[in-house]
Amino acid sequence: MAEPILCTEYKAGENMNEQNVIMEARNIHKSYNIGTENEIEILHGIDFTVHRGEFVSIVGTSGSGKSTLMNILGILDRPTVGSYVLNGIDVSTSSDTDLSHIRNQEIGFVFQTYNLIPRTSALRNVELPMLYARVPEKRRRERAEELLRLVGMEERMDHTPDALSGGQKQRVAIARALVNHPSLILADEPTGALDSHTGRVIMNLFHELHRKSGITIVLITHSQELAEETERILTLKDGVFIGERRGSKYVA
Amino acid sequence: MLLENIKLAFTGLMANKIRSFLTMLGVIIGIAAVIAIMTVSSAMQRSVMSMMGSMGTNRIEFFLTQKGNDTAVRDTDKTKDYMSEDDFKDLMQHFQGQVEGLALERSLGNTIMEKEDGRTQASINLSGGNSLDIKTKNLTMLAGRTLSLEDQKRAAKVALVSDRYVEKMIGPDVNQALGQEIEILIDSKYYAYTIVGVYQYNVSAAFGGNMEDMPTDVYIPLATANLQVKDSEYYDSFTLFTAEAADPETLCPEIQDYLNNGKYLDNDTYMVFGYSMKEQIRQMTSMLSSLKLAFVAVGAIALLVGGIGVMNIMVVSITERTREIGTRKALGATNLDIRLQFITEAVMICLIGGAIGILLGLGLGIIASSLLHFEGHPSIAGIAVSVLFSMAFGVFFGYYPANKAAKLDPIEALRYE
Ligand SMILES: Nc1ncnc2c1ncn2[C@@H]1O[C@H](COP(=O)(O)OP(=O)(O)O)[C@@H](O)[C@H]1O
Ligand SMILES: [Mg+2]
Repeated sequence: MAEPILCTEYKAGENMNEQNVIMEARNIHKSYNIGTENEIEILHGIDFTVHRGEFVSIVGTSGSGKSTLMNILGILDRPTVGSYVLNGIDVSTSSDTDLSHIRNQEIGFVFQTYNLIPRTSALRNVELPMLYARVPEKRRRERAEELLRLVGMEERMDHTPDALSGGQKQRVAIARALVNHPSLILADEPTGALDSHTGRVIMNLFHELHRKSGITIVLITHSQELAEETERILTLKDGVFIGERRGSKYVA
Repeated sequence: MLLENIKLAFTGLMANKIRSFLTMLGVIIGIAAVIAIMTVSSAMQRSVMSMMGSMGTNRIEFFLTQKGNDTAVRDTDKTKDYMSEDDFKDLMQHFQGQVEGLALERSLGNTIMEKEDGRTQASINLSGGNSLDIKTKNLTMLAGRTLSLEDQKRAAKVALVSDRYVEKMIGPDVNQALGQEIEILIDSKYYAYTIVGVYQYNVSAAFGGNMEDMPTDVYIPLATANLQVKDSEYYDSFTLFTAEAADPETLCPEIQDYLNNGKYLDNDTYMVFGYSMKEQIRQMTSMLSSLKLAFVAVGAIALLVGGIGVMNIMVVSITERTREIGTRKALGATNLDIRLQFITEAVMICLIGGAIGILLGLGLGIIASSLLHFEGHPSIAGIAVSVLFSMAFGVFFGYYPANKAAKLDPIEALRYE
């Protein structure tokens, strides 16, 4: 069986030039409750560049602003100050509808809490991004089945989320994230709600995806151990990056 | 995408069956009420109109009414003040060309007849009518013949009875009645006639009531009836048929004035009152349509309440599904996608509710119509309007909640607990 195509082929570490920058964030500030007495700045000037095919992790304690940053990188949210270029497009000026299309086509989200649509089968969940991309039904089904096979969930395609374990849900969520050939996976503590064994299985799945198809992955985690397996580790503390280094256990 | 949204809405509704049904209830009741009312009232209208129409739209009824409230007059014999045959001749003369003819009827009273074996009874009215009177009753003869001019002239002792009378008193075969004697005792007077014809009893003419007890008419020639009464040339009422050229509505007051300013000018007991069928039909139509309007308004209020219920449940459903909406947005749903999803859901609730309401309304309408002895027909226009209305309702009452969902901030929605 041929390997399913996940994204445009890039090999990790290859061609680290300007052209291969997939995301570039400059001087990102994010404040909440602007204009009220509760105004608070969470991110204080983040600079962040990711190249195509990289597997990067962001670590930091709870409340350090990891999720806030991920929401901005995933264009679910806009920075208060700063510029963000994704795939060569300055998204700070894009309309909400354009952002929806970019999220749909370029970004695959994996959340800590899976966020599968309740009462909806695994298959239909995986089909969802294609629905919003107006992919015809037959093609949608084939592609969703292909991805569910890839994550080892072909036997439980018709199960609704409440009939799946945490690890199984996360595998379905990963299949869903990959289904529209995104150029980027954004995973916010994908193993955070799983036991260490299941977390390991999910992490191995990310490694496998990265190795086989070279998809770009930004992994947010507070597990130092898992972060060490990635190409590059950035440490976030109180809304600023305080360090950047190679993962000690990264296997190219 | 529309199909997907419909499937999605359907799954959503099925997941919460009781809630969905309760939500639909308002719409169901509203639509059912409107449809039932439209069905009954159109059946009623058709029936009344055809009944009145068959009596002739050129018909004007005239009758004497008492001036003032002096009830003492009623008891005394005032037949000498009644309309006489000479008065009719004068009237015909005066309004020559405008009047087709007069229908005269003399009632001899009513009684309950008993079959010889004493087991079955039939209630009857005995009345004599002139040829125009009999003709304008538009009787459908089932057996024998109607009353002839000859019968009228000779004051023949012949009678027409209804099929219901025959069924009760003689037997199942209407032809069996022909040639038989009908013997009637009213006010200790005995009458005997030969049955020459059987007419079909008109069910739709009966407005509800217990069918079994409804009296049926026994018709005899006017001259025959006149033989039985003292002041045989006086009448307290008559029916006038206008000629084709005349407008009954203008002729009616003219004749009324003519009589009241002529014969009854100095009469301090009676005056004449006329009522044209055309006017009655008009009044009936306007009464029926205002009745209909009132009921439809009630249905519309039920629908409005139902619509607000739909809106309420949509707001609840959207709040419950905030995280789901956030997820959908993260996966690439545009605001329009979300808005359409929830509008579709609202439209589905209203359409399913509307469909149940239509079926219920038709059922109720047809049952109610048949209880009132009208033939109920589903109104296609009513159904079409209801379907369109339900859809419009879904869009109208779904728009606000759907828009609210569409405008949710994806971050807020994903963080929602
Ligand atoms: N909508 C918000 N309004 C106010 N404060 C917020 C909001 N979202 C997040 N925060 C605050 O921002 C800080 C960083 O949150 P978050 O990015 O979720 O941290 P992490 O994912 O690293 O645990 C926290 O202190 C949190 O309370
Ligand atoms: Mg977080």
